[in-house]
Order: sequence, then C-alpha cells, then structure tokens
Amino acid sequence: MSDHAPALETSTGLDSRKLAIWTFIGSECLFFATLISNYLVHKQQWLTGPGPFPHEVWTDPATGKVLEPIIEIPLVTVGTALLLFSSLFIVLALYGAQKGRRGMLLGWLGATILCGLFFVGMQVYEFTHFVHKGLTLQRNMFGASFFVLTGFHGTHVTIGVIWLITMFILALRKQLPSTRSLNLEIAALYWHFVDVVWVVIFPVVYLIK
Amino acid sequence: MATTVLGHEQTLPAHGAKTGLWSWITTVDHKRIGILYGATAFFFFLLGGLEALLIRIQLAKPDNNFLSPEAYNQLFTMHGTSMIFLAIMPLSAMFFNFMIPLQIGARDVAFPRLNAFSYWVFLLGGLYLNVSWLFGAAPDAGWFGYANLTSKQFSPGLNVDFWVIGLQILGVSSLAAAVNFFTTVLNLRAPGMRLMWMPIFTWMSFITQILLLLAFPVITVALILLMFDRFFGTGFYVPAAGGDPLLWQHLFWIFGHPEVYILILPAFGIISEVLPVFSRKPLFGYAAMVFSGIFIAFLGFGVWSHHMFATGMGPIADTYFSLATMLIAIPTGVKIFNWLGTIWGGSLQYKTPLYFALGFIAMFIIGGLSGVMHASPPADLQQTDTYFIVAHFHYVMFGGSIFGLTAGAYYWWPKIFGRMLDEGLGKLHFWLMLIGFNLTFFPMHIVGLLGMPRRTYTYPAALGFDTLNLVETVGAFILMVAFLVFIYNVIKTTRGPRNAPADPWNGATLEWSIPSPPPEWNFGQTPQVHSRDPLWETKRARGGPLPEPSPGTGAGIHIPNPSYWPVVSAIGVTAIFASLMMAHKTGYWGVIVAVSILFFGLYNWLFEKGYSEFTTEH
Repeated sequence: MSDHAPALETSTGLDSRKLAIWTFIGSECLFFATLISNYLVHKQQWLTGPGPFPHEVWTDPATGKVLEPIIEIPLVTVGTALLLFSSLFIVLALYGAQKGRRGMLLGWLGATILCGLFFVGMQVYEFTHFVHKGLTLQRNMFGASFFVLTGFHGTHVTIGVIWLITMFILALRKQLPSTRSLNLEIAALYWHFVDVVWVVIFPVVYLIK
Repeated sequence: MATTVLGHEQTLPAHGAKTGLWSWITTVDHKRIGILYGATAFFFFLLGGLEALLIRIQLAKPDNNFLSPEAYNQLFTMHGTSMIFLAIMPLSAMFFNFMIPLQIGARDVAFPRLNAFSYWVFLLGGLYLNVSWLFGAAPDAGWFGYANLTSKQFSPGLNVDFWVIGLQILGVSSLAAAVNFFTTVLNLRAPGMRLMWMPIFTWMSFITQILLLLAFPVITVALILLMFDRFFGTGFYVPAAGGDPLLWQHLFWIFGHPEVYILILPAFGIISEVLPVFSRKPLFGYAAMVFSGIFIAFLGFGVWSHHMFATGMGPIADTYFSLATMLIAIPTGVKIFNWLGTIWGGSLQYKTPLYFALGFIAMFIIGGLSGVMHASPPADLQQTDTYFIVAHFHYVMFGGSIFGLTAGAYYWWPKIFGRMLDEGLGKLHFWLMLIGFNLTFFPMHIVGLLGMPRRTYTYPAALGFDTLNLVETVGAFILMVAFLVFIYNVIKTTRGPRNAPADPWNGATLEWSIPSPPPEWNFGQTPQVHSRDPLWETKRARGGPLPEPSPGTGAGIHIPNPSYWPVVSAIGVTAIFASLMMAHKTGYWGVIVAVSILFFGLYNWLFEKGYSEFTTEH
C-alpha cells in the first residue's frame, strides 16, 4: 500500500480494520449466543399450533387432519452444504486476489455469491412454505424463536451477499489489485463467521430433537 | 500488511472551516467529538436532574398530589434511563474521546468517521427518547423495563415503544464506539508504550469497551424480542403464549450487571489518574489495579441473578450468585486500598480534583458496603424494592460515577479548554455536592429499612417517612445549587483569559506534554515512551519543569478530512428504528426509505475521497 497513502505502523502489527472486524465478530458471538439460547429455552414450549414436535407428523387440532412434519431436512442440508462450500470458495477467491489472478478472483467470488444467494432463496422458500403449513411467527413459541433466530442469521447472510457483490463489482472494474486484497480479506472474515454461526444453528434447530 | 491506511491530504483542498456550525457537524476530530459528547451529555444530565427534582417535590410530603401517578412513572423511568444511557455513559465517552488518544500519544482514534457516527447516533437516540414527552407518552415501565409491565396488554401506548426503540438506537452508538476504542487502544499506542505502561484511565476505559462489546448484544436481543412481542404479536415474555417474563430479567441483567461496571470503571480510571498527580506519588500497585479491574469485569458477567433473588430461583442458584457477588468485594477492596496506598505519605496538593477524588472514595465505600449487604439473599429479600436499594445505587452511581466524572472534569478542564476553573467555586461545588448528596440519599437507607417502597408515587402520613423525605428533598435542591455553582464557574472562567499552561498539575501522562488546548494534530512529534509515567520521567531527567511546548505548525502532518456521511448514516440508522415503530400505522415503505438513506450514507462513506483507497487519486 506504499504507492498511494501514507501508512502508519500499528502497535500490534495488525491492520486496524482487520482488528476492528475481529472485535465486531467477537461482539456478534454474544448476539447469536443469546438468540440460540432463546430458541433452546422456548422450542419445547408451545400451547397452541403445530405440535407436539416440528420434526414429527402432527394432527391439526382444528381440522383433525394428520399433517407432515414442519421441518424438512433435505433442502436445508443442501443450503447448508453450499454455505459451507462458499467458505472454501472465498478462500480461493482471496488467494486469487492476493496473487493478482483476476480470473480466479472473479470466478470463485462469483461462486461464493451464488451460494449465498441460493441460501437466502432457500430460506425465503422455507419461510413461506412453513407459513403455508400453518407455522407462523405468532402460532407458537417454536415458530417465534425459530423465525427470529434463522431470520437474523438470514439477514446477516444477505448483508454479506451485498458486501461480496460490492467487492465483485470492484474486482470487475479492476479496482481490487493484490495491494488492496485486504478489503476482500475483511469481507471474507465476516463471511466465515456467518457460516460458522450456521454450523451451530443447523444441528441445534434441524438435527437435534 | 502491518499498516493502517488513513488516506492522505496532499491531493485534497485544505480542511474546510475550523469554526461555525457546519464545522462541528462534519468534524471527525476526536477532541471536538469529545466536547460534543460532553455538552450533550451534560444537557441530558441536567434534564435527568430536573426529573429527579420533580420526583423529590412530589415526595416532600405525604399524600402529595403535585404529580399524577402516571406522570410520576414517566419521570422515574426517564430519570433512570437518562442518567444511565444519556448522562453517565456519554460523559465517560467524552473522556474516552478526548483523553484516550492523547494519553496513548495518538493523532486520533482508529476510525475518526465512525467516532463521529457514534456521537450522532447517540444524540439522535437521546432526542428520540425525549421526544416522547411531546407525545405525552414518555416511557413509564422503569429503566429496567420488566416484562410483563412492557407487554402490549399492560402498556398499549407508545410509551414503551419509545423506550425500546430509543435504547436500540443508543446501543448502535455504544457498539460502534466500543469497536473503535478497543481498536484504538490496541493499535495506536505511541512507540514503546507497552500494555502495562498504559495510563490507568486508558486501561479502565479499555476494559469498559470489552464490557460494552460483550454486554450490549445481549440487551439488543432482549429488546428485539420485546419489539417482536409488541409489534408482531409474538409472546416471548407473555406467559399465556408459552413465553416467560423471567427470560427478560435474565437477559436484561446479563447486560445490566456488566452495565454498572461500564458506568463505574471509567470513574475508577479517572480517580486513579487524579490521586497520584495530587499526591506527587506514582499509583500504588499499578499491576494490581489493572488486574483487579479485569477481575471485576470478568466477575461482572457471572452475578446477574443477584438482581433476581426475589423471583425465587432456589437455594443453589441463590447461593452461587450470592457468593459470586461477595467475591467482587475483593478486587474492589484491592482498588480502594491501592488508592489509600497512593495518597499515604504523599505530598497532597489540595486542589478541587483531589477533593472530588477523596469524596469519591468515601462515598463509593458506603455504596459498596450496602451492596455487599444485599448480596445476601435473606437480607436482600427485606431490602429489595425499597428505598434501601435506591440509596445503594445512588451511592455507587452518584457517589461513585458522578463524583469521579466531576473530578475528571476539574482535572482535565484546563487541557480541554485552555482555561483553569476557579478553585474557590470548585471547592464550594464540592462541599455543596457532598452535603446535598448525603442529605438526599443517606436517609433513603433508613426509610428503606422502615419499608418505604420504590417506584410508588406517594406514601401515607404517620409511617415515619415524612421528615426524612423532606430532608431528602432539601438535599436534592442543594445538589441543584451545587451544579449551578459549577455552571457559573464555567461561564465565569470562559469569559476570562486563556490561562492554562500545558501542565498545570505536574501531570505524569502524555496529554500534559502538549499545549492546552491541544492543537488539531495533538502531537507535533510522535512521542517515544520509555516508562509508565513518561512525563514525570522526562521532568526528572531534566531536573525540573519543562518549558511551555510549542504546538508546531502541523505542516506535513496528516489530519483526516471533515465528513458529513457519518451524520447521514446516523440519520439512516435512527430512521430505520423510528420507521419500525411507526410501521403498523404507516406501512413498511418508511423502513425501505430509511434503509435506502443508510445505504446511501454508508456507500458514500466507504468510497469517500481522501479516505477510501478506491476513490483517492494517486
């Protein structure tokens, strides 16, 4: 970065922006820890609505009809897998950025963005599907805590996708040379964090009964 | 990539005007932002004080009808909320802003525009909370906002909405500032300044940032759940829906207990700066001070349920939280003995900051002792929800934080404004505050133990509360006079000449090595640090006081450009929350507009010329 701006040595040797994103991620851990705790406290508590369990066949008390389980694991598993792979893709994109290999950068960054978009789309589909099956935000405590937890995670993914698209456009305009790869590295740290949070949420919500 | 890019000024026009309203709106100078924080927080402090005076007038005599019960609820809620979030926290932030960069020998904070953003969000959040008065719907469920007082069923009006949204906005400000100062302290220390050579105020402030980073996300989620309950009909805190009101108490106090250390640790830091300077001795037990501060912060996350003994958690939880709470007395005691060790045998300079620092120690000990009393569940069950608790937390919040912050104000005033405050008026301020404070809050111990409940708008005659309550009201008005004396002192000395030398108190830390007030670029030359008390070291090596430093011309020193994008982004953040509150009446188009404002502000911020690598010519 010597060519265009006076740079200051930092006390830790770590770039301040990188330290700041790590700090922010530390704080975000508490945010998601609280949301996950809230889900665990509430998931067994429903007085009305789909039950007794979101993973099992249930009978609608109003109509007496026997209905499928609310949660469908296969689709979410695909979304989860793609989100996990996107963490690998962004590492490859960053490698491309650092080595100045623009094709590699654009390709893998594009793949990361597509995975993110698929995940967000999967979640939109899942939410509407759940609502059709009768699980709404107001229906019971499982619904409320599920939608709030996964909804806030989805919001984080969406912000990440917008951030990565911004990086992609910069790369397209040849504004992301290897000297500026730190910008992508910071975005990647955030992206990895969002993935790691999902690694916790997925088993807690979908796999553990 | 061990570098920080700060942009560069060579290719840009000179940095805008230095005076006028626009220069304050667009400023990114940590010193100016510090002054903005201070002025705004002092205004809210006076507002919170006014609310307290109205409460005291109502309680001056039994069966009084000066205030309606509804108005009383709004006043005590806004008094508590304002004093915590709009007065003490931002008054500490004033010192973080002004002093941390100077104490560590930096030119500014790590992210100057983020710093401006934090201030503007704080200002807008504070105004948002107080705009509720104009709607006749000020928050009225207490600063703790217990469920299910806050549920739609029991609080259908806008009051609680204003509180939830106001606190969310203020949370954004606190978190942004915490990321900024955490990074600043770790990354921008002057060459040679090791962590264990940092000034103790910087250390305590650094610990405070960690508490903010870890505690605020929890209250954010608690408030989000409350927002969903109120705006979208969920039932997280509604028993009938399967929710649990106690969840709120747990989440609130997991935030709320660290929050009290967020309020007191900066004051600890200020006291630990003032006592050595006015005792002419280095701080006694520096390392013990640092580690006891860390220990207090760590324990602060493990004691939240001592606020909840009355909920009946059972003997095991009660025992754990009781013991953990009593454990906090140990590091706090270490601090108090170290302060005493610092002044022991010192050559005491009886100046106003020392008066307030000594007042702090005495008052804080009283508050600390009553705190240990209700760490015991059986005692707490008698004391909870009585004025005894009100007495306790005013001894730590006012006797502690406010005395400490006032000591800091008198200590650093010459540095910030280049003028000495009047010593005689300062001491008058101290004695009025000490007497008024004890008259107001000491009798609360007694009426509390006699059983007078908190948060109740009046009390019947003949319960033995009358005289003591009248004394408390008289005390509150003496406190008012004390702060009027302070304001008079400020006005009087502001009209006088700029008379403060660079180092009026024979200070030990770097902020006293530069002119008062400091030039925009702080340090003409980056200081080199070789010890814990660098300025004392320099003076000792020279064998006497240093000559008045020259500010230098600032030529060749990079100073970040003014920017208005932080203000635009702050408006966007505030608008998002405000539009959420209004969405059920106006629809969601408001949220979309607000998000657009935020994105517009953020993108212009990120690609701003002079800051961004992407747009700055080279």
